[in-house]
Amino acid sequence: MSLRIVVCVKYVPDATGDRHFADDLTLDRDDVDGLLSELDEYAVEQALQIAGDHTGDDAEVTVLTVGPEDAKDALRKALSMGADKAVHVEDDDLHGTDALGTSLVLAKAIEKTGYDLVICGMASTDGTMGVLPAMLSERLGVPQVTLLSEVSVDGGTVKGRRDGDAATVRLEASLPAVVSVTDQSGEARYPSFKGIMAAKKKPVESLDLEDLDIEAGDVGLEGAWTAVDSATERPARTAGTIVNDEGKGGDELAEFLVSQKFI
Amino acid sequence: MAEVLVYVDHVDGAVRKPTLELLTLARRLGDPVAVALGAGAADTAAKLAEHGAVKVLTADAPEFADYLVVPKVDALQAAYESVSPAAVLVPSSAEGKEIAARLAVRIGSGLITDAIDLQAGDGGPVATQSVFAAAYTTNSRVTKGTPVITVKPNAAPVEPAAAAGTVETLSVTFGEAATGTKVVGRTPRESTGRPELTEAAIVVSGGRGVNGAENFAIIEALADSLGAAVGASRAAVDAGWYPHSNQVGQTGKSVSPQLYIASGISGAIQHRAGMQTSKTIVAINKDAEAPIFDLVDYGVVGDLFQVVPQLTEAIKARKG
Repeated sequence: MSLRIVVCVKYVPDATGDRHFADDLTLDRDDVDGLLSELDEYAVEQALQIAGDHTGDDAEVTVLTVGPEDAKDALRKALSMGADKAVHVEDDDLHGTDALGTSLVLAKAIEKTGYDLVICGMASTDGTMGVLPAMLSERLGVPQVTLLSEVSVDGGTVKGRRDGDAATVRLEASLPAVVSVTDQSGEARYPSFKGIMAAKKKPVESLDLEDLDIEAGDVGLEGAWTAVDSATERPARTAGTIVNDEGKGGDELAEFLVSQKFI
Repeated sequence: MAEVLVYVDHVDGAVRKPTLELLTLARRLGDPVAVALGAGAADTAAKLAEHGAVKVLTADAPEFADYLVVPKVDALQAAYESVSPAAVLVPSSAEGKEIAARLAVRIGSGLITDAIDLQAGDGGPVATQSVFAAAYTTNSRVTKGTPVITVKPNAAPVEPAAAAGTVETLSVTFGEAATGTKVVGRTPRESTGRPELTEAAIVVSGGRGVNGAENFAIIEALADSLGAAVGASRAAVDAGWYPHSNQVGQTGKSVSPQLYIASGISGAIQHRAGMQTSKTIVAINKDAEAPIFDLVDYGVVGDLFQVVPQLTEAIKARKG
């Protein structure tokens, strides 16, 4: 049995850089370097492990992204980790697309690519909404098995462990399904030199909105289901009091907490 | 006045605090209609009425516990169709965001997550969010459909306001997708007796400097002296010293307490993303150059193994 795995990844601004808004209140991408969202590396890792565990040679891992030209960097990283091929949805009309729109584009691209299993990271490191996997499951009409700290595929069944606030639950669903994994699912591998070289030869398919039968007006900033009206940079915190502990640091800190009425 | 649907987070009928905060916010937008699902749903009614719910829609069925998320979406959609609300508000938990996401897709509506404030505006609710690791504050609106908004804990004070709280049973027909993901095992989290991390007024966190699982006892002792929740940095969690459920940061929980005390935490961007909106920030670290000191209201450069126990004793002495 073949197993087609599609991993959804995002090209995000480096969180250690200074992220700013552009005049249209979307992310200013010129201002900061981009990279494959760290949380998506865990999804790529689990996809590769599931494909590796799959008996037979016909498990295939496709990485998929929606984003500008530079987003190819994120795909290359995933390919160098070991994914087999990549799909890049790129269209000028996609600029400013929100979560609802992105889920529409991804769902259409996943259907076009063909899939048995979709794997996502738990959230992007820029928007941090964590809603895409649930939206994809809803749009594709297949089970969602999300926020897994442990995942495996056994025949036509996906199993996993979800650590919730109130309980840890064990989940099971039949394929096809949409999975998301947390940063607890297992460390992501580093690309090897061989992997980096091999990635350069792997196919990257480009799709635009027309290929996916999506009207430009349904996505992008104009078509978004939400609008950002203002963005204000948080004022720098006023410098606090910093003291060296000379043996009474704990007692002095207690005095501060009393002065602030915490005790 | 317009009705506003509020999804109720409760444990066997005990309403959790973020839902009461949601009711405060919902009253700014209209008349709150609460939706309570699962075991004990009807028991939530009195509490919800005390906080402004004009109506409480309840439904109980084994599906809510036996399958993941989708049965709850079916029920919330049934409530949405019976009420035609001006907005739908859901607590910003991991599950809450998934429920809101699926509902938004189904009803063709825009979705805003992790609001930290909510006001009535001319074109519908205006949601305030804190983005890019709290470097920016934004105001956003939903422009299509009925706004679906998830709200973070501590976004508003809990304000009692008596209302009718009429209880009605919600009729729910589960769709085919509802039984797609089976819950085949459940291990309830053991209660520590401490407040829930995201809801706590005070959070005491430990990081790499705590240097071992056994040393977290001194962090816990400080937390207990203040009635606080315990948090941990990713470094401490990755080292296996404290559970992931207590992780504060971008890949863990984001907290916004009145007081945040960081011990042995350097303050990497990953951590700052999860605690930067705390009202008062205190840090204890022996490295005077640690970036966490850029954020603090009060910082102690010193050995946490000296400072923290001394602080705990001083607090206990004052509290008598």
